[in-house]
Amino acid sequence: MGKIVAVTGNEAVANALRQANPDVCSLYPITPQTDIVQRFSSFVSNGVVDTELINAESEHSAMSAAIGAAAAGGRVITATSSQGLALMWEMLHIASGMNLPIVMPLVNRALSAPLNIHGDHSDGMGARDTGWIQLWSENAQEAYDNTIMAFRIAEHKDLRLPAMVCMDGFIISHSIERMEYLDDQPVKDFIGPYEQVNPLLDLQHPKSFGPLILTDLYHEYKRLQHEIIGRAKNIVLQVSDEFAKLSGRKYGLFESYRLEDAEVALVVLNSAAGTSKDVVDAMRDKGIKAGLLKPRLFRPFPYEEVGSALRHLKAVCVLDRADSYGGYGPMFMEISSAIYQAAGTGSGPRLVNKIYGLGGRDYMPEDAGKVLVELDAIAKGASVKAVKEYIGVRE
Amino acid sequence: MKKWNELVPGAVVLEAGSAEKFKTGSWRSFRPRWIEENCIQCLFCWLYCPDMAIKVEDGKRKEYLYDYCKGCGICAVECPGKKGQKAIVMEPEGK
Ligand code: SF4
Ligand code: SF4
Repeated sequence: MGKIVAVTGNEAVANALRQANPDVCSLYPITPQTDIVQRFSSFVSNGVVDTELINAESEHSAMSAAIGAAAAGGRVITATSSQGLALMWEMLHIASGMNLPIVMPLVNRALSAPLNIHGDHSDGMGARDTGWIQLWSENAQEAYDNTIMAFRIAEHKDLRLPAMVCMDGFIISHSIERMEYLDDQPVKDFIGPYEQVNPLLDLQHPKSFGPLILTDLYHEYKRLQHEIIGRAKNIVLQVSDEFAKLSGRKYGLFESYRLEDAEVALVVLNSAAGTSKDVVDAMRDKGIKAGLLKPRLFRPFPYEEVGSALRHLKAVCVLDRADSYGGYGPMFMEISSAIYQAAGTGSGPRLVNKIYGLGGRDYMPEDAGKVLVELDAIAKGASVKAVKEYIGVRE
Repeated sequence: MKKWNELVPGAVVLEAGSAEKFKTGSWRSFRPRWIEENCIQCLFCWLYCPDMAIKVEDGKRKEYLYDYCKGCGICAVECPGKKGQKAIVMEPEGK
């Protein structure tokens, strides 16, 4: 079963969407995601999916149409990047607040200004608080696998939440890699038929979406939303276990690479994790006990699990491909919280934050190497010069 | 009032016609008054009223259901009346 292919990340994700055979795809093109919806449109034109395609006039409208179609009772997809996600912002909250399990690949790209089309994580990190489940992917294989799993996770009866599947723009979306496609039928069986919950088109049972909820109940609805998204952790693990039986590929809440006996470690998302793992190996050969943690489920964030995976270390560097201007990088804030809760104050690893690769700036093995050497020195007692620092920057 | 764990996820209202329970008449600062002799029974007021404040029985417009009238004035604007005489006029509440 399965088929080994050489494809781009976008092609891989488009094929996962084809296998899921959604009822509705509402779309608006944006670089570097366009290739996904373009390929998906061909699937619709060629009759290989049963999907109704809606060409919207903006991403705000694309997400609005997705919300309407999902409330009506359909399996719904869209895809976006960067400014497109930013334009969807208010609708993202509405999709999650209404518990609509829309699946959306997000091909990560920098935000304007200045205008840039290349890969960084500013878009996805900006959507951190929108109530969407976020799965992040290192390569085309992971983006494909995460997209398939996203349907099962989003549509789970205890969740019914929208999910975005992130991969790096151009670095993954447009690079050809070796990966494995699963056969159509096993994927269709794995995802299963779409099960409606409170569909608007069930005319025998009229209902309303989007009521006005003021001071008397809004706080309670938000408490419920917090409860529901918290369930995603176990559901992601269950679905990933089942997926491992189908594909042979195991996924957790995050990936640990040579962490157990490590003294220093990098925390890094997506494609840069691949480069970093090679450098971890090289540093091990030089006697530096290096390891790596690559988050996969970013929302909800698995604080306890990440905290206990990192608390034994002496020094950790969190690499952020996005900045919170005037704050630490977004991933650093999560990792600091996770470690503080797991290790308590005064103990646990020393922490530094490096901002890298904005606007698609290359992240080179030497960058990871320098950081690991610095961490090794900190582990041996050197002081932390700067908590937050840009690397790979011309100065 | 319901507790958070008794709510329907997504704030979906599963009961049809529940707006009947929410009386919005207290929002009103202007009150529409129906002048029956100028009414041509076109039912524009019923059609345009954003709430359920125009009672219709056997295809005929009846008195206002002021519990649901928020005084927006749409009915008065849309009302064609008879020979230039409006069948709906807005008056300050409490006058
Ligand atoms: S004033 Fe507005 S709410 Fe009241 S009856 Fe007229 S249209 Fe309806
Ligand atoms: S719009 Fe005016 S004329 Fe028409 S039914 Fe209502 S009150 Fe009568």
